Amino acid sequence: MTTRTRGALRTAAFLSPWLVGFGLFFAYPLAATAYFSLTHYDGFRQPVFNGLENWSYVLTDYPAFWPAMGNTLWLVVVMVSCRVVFGLGVGLLVTRIKRGAGVFRTLFYLPYLAPPVAATLAFVFLLNPGTGPVNSLLEGAGLPAPGWFNDPDWSKPALTALAVWGVGDLMVIFMAALLDVPRERYEAAELDGASAWQRLRYVTLPAISPVVLFAVVTGVIQAMQYYTQPLVAGKVASGAIGGSGRQFRPGYPEDSTLTLPQLVHDLGFQRFDYGSACVVALVLFALSMVFAALLMRRGGPLGAGG
Amino acid sequence: MPVPRRSRILRAAVASLALAAALAGCTGSPAGGAQDDPNAPVTLTFWHGWSAPAEVAAVDANIARFREAHPHITVKAVPNVTDEKIQQALRAGGSGAPDVVSSFTTDNVGMFCSSGALADLSPFIEKSGIDLAKTFPKARLDYTRFDGVRCALPLLGDAYGLYYNKDAFAQAGITAPPRTWSEFDRVARKLTKHRGDSYERLGFMPVFHGYETTPGHLAAQWQPTYFDADGRSAVATDPAFAAMFTWQKNLVAKLGGFRKLEKYRGTFGDEWGARHPFHTGQVAMQLDGEWRLGMTADAKVPFEVGVAPLPVPDDQAADYGKGYLSGTIVGIASTSAKQNAAWQLVKYLTTDTDAVVAFANELRNVPSTHAALASPKLRLDPRFRVFLDIARHPRSNTTPASVNGGAYQVTLQEFGYRYESGREPDLRAGLERTAAQIDTDIAKAR
Repeated sequence: MTTRTRGALRTAAFLSPWLVGFGLFFAYPLAATAYFSLTHYDGFRQPVFNGLENWSYVLTDYPAFWPAMGNTLWLVVVMVSCRVVFGLGVGLLVTRIKRGAGVFRTLFYLPYLAPPVAATLAFVFLLNPGTGPVNSLLEGAGLPAPGWFNDPDWSKPALTALAVWGVGDLMVIFMAALLDVPRERYEAAELDGASAWQRLRYVTLPAISPVVLFAVVTGVIQAMQYYTQPLVAGKVASGAIGGSGRQFRPGYPEDSTLTLPQLVHDLGFQRFDYGSACVVALVLFALSMVFAALLMRRGGPLGAGG
Repeated sequence: MPVPRRSRILRAAVASLALAAALAGCTGSPAGGAQDDPNAPVTLTFWHGWSAPAEVAAVDANIARFREAHPHITVKAVPNVTDEKIQQALRAGGSGAPDVVSSFTTDNVGMFCSSGALADLSPFIEKSGIDLAKTFPKARLDYTRFDGVRCALPLLGDAYGLYYNKDAFAQAGITAPPRTWSEFDRVARKLTKHRGDSYERLGFMPVFHGYETTPGHLAAQWQPTYFDADGRSAVATDPAFAAMFTWQKNLVAKLGGFRKLEKYRGTFGDEWGARHPFHTGQVAMQLDGEWRLGMTADAKVPFEVGVAPLPVPDDQAADYGKGYLSGTIVGIASTSAKQNAAWQLVKYLTTDTDAVVAFANELRNVPSTHAALASPKLRLDPRFRVFLDIARHPRSNTTPASVNGGAYQVTLQEFGYRYESGREPDLRAGLERTAAQIDTDIAKAR
């Protein structure tokens, strides 16, 4: 065995844990998903190749697909933006507080620890249009009281409010990044007469841009996987908690909380159409790749080397 | 730095594909025939969905009775199993997979039968000399087979009827529950007390999110045909559906309109809790299954509860007494290597009159055989007789099994939401689109 071969084998041996993990949890599922998307597969019988039939069905004949796509994109754009802006805002706030900072940091972080189902249930009850305290307060103040999770125009903003409430994870990473910005840069900017906004725009944001990028990319991925909260909110608000074998399609009210991951489950496990479920999974994958590429492109506002 | 960037992309990809990975399972194959010795000592695994302590105790007691008659068969019962777990186990097989499974929903029977995931029970039934028509009510036979394949049998059942608040009826001067829908409309309006833009009490919540008030449960009173002889959706051609939707939307208007009703619905507690609107007196009538009777007793509601069959259309008054039927199903896994022994358990659970009666007494469900329905050993609330009669009524019916589960019911339900809210103004055109969508979905699934 030559030295060169020995070196290659040694490299492969060191890489093997990653290679095994990559193969098992990425390459194989990706290849299998792509293959099943081209088959008629009900999960019981052997898959039968059917070309692009599943793609045609999902994109043109399955009425839930485009509303779910629209909702997912809405959540990616609006919910992620709100979470990042609020996370940064709270991070800025708690790094500036002189007294009681520990208390405020804890208070802002605690909601993040709430289990998603419990937090969603609490929000649905708080925002109940008939009995919730939020609408009672709004009506008491003479303000319009929305239907929140019962109104298709307000259900996604209500989900966004829930996501913003649990922004403690982003607050922590923004806080760490903000405390890492060298003080001298602020002092130099102040000597040059920079305003507070200019210090934020030209000193803080460039210094923490890798963290902002991280927050946005992970936020986009979470939004792509958004399943539990809209499902629970839709079920509870619609009254269809289940239990008598009654059929339930997620998305209440009027498909406004339907998301692509919910369709993967609906198609695969409710309708036994694994081929079409794989199509939706691949669309989600492609969307993730597109968003990641856009966000990290060289020269972009968040990309390295810009 | 190119490496971390790629790594992030990969993480995004892995995250998305974790979902896809769940779909990339492998297929199993049937064990092929029943060659096992039915008299040999054997241990069966029985998966079921009951989870409450009293329910699990009832299942265990039933199995203990079975063991007395079949001491060579040991049964390992696994409670609280969902349909998704059942599907995965039926697909994968293996030593840990169940031999006998039961499911609360009848919607997956089409897939279980057509795919062969559950064994065809016909050879076993024939060998045992069971006359199905003489043993089970027709509706229960309908929801346990698909395309001529009988892969399941009914294991107790549900019957749907009308609950009413007798005190509210007396206050309103109503002496008897309504028997036709026009009577029902009058009673519902008479019981309704408006208060501003809400209600002090609502006679009946007609919107399709009103818990069990679903298109499927209501349509049963119009004797619907869901699929024609060619297997195509009949929701646009069978006038039963148009009649049901028309009646429902008219009642929505008569009781104050969709928006007002929806706002009031927001004040309701959940279906399975003590704050159910029928328990609290917020609604005076409720469409529900037989289980509500026990729940009203447990909740100690402060009024007398009456029970009756749901009304029927005025031109079908002779059919009064029927209702929608559903229930738990039980079958044998094709992957089981102990199918003869498994059949002994299934036969006992579903056809032994004493076993069915005892199980019904313990679970407060409707017995699923003719003999059990007529048994003097039934120890149930006297009002429960109404549900027994509904279960026995020859015109009681159910939603048929379909190859893609309950997808056709969901499509019809989605149309109902659009129609009642006014988003879908044209009933005929809407039903035609619904039928076309159902046909497309089924063609895709075949």
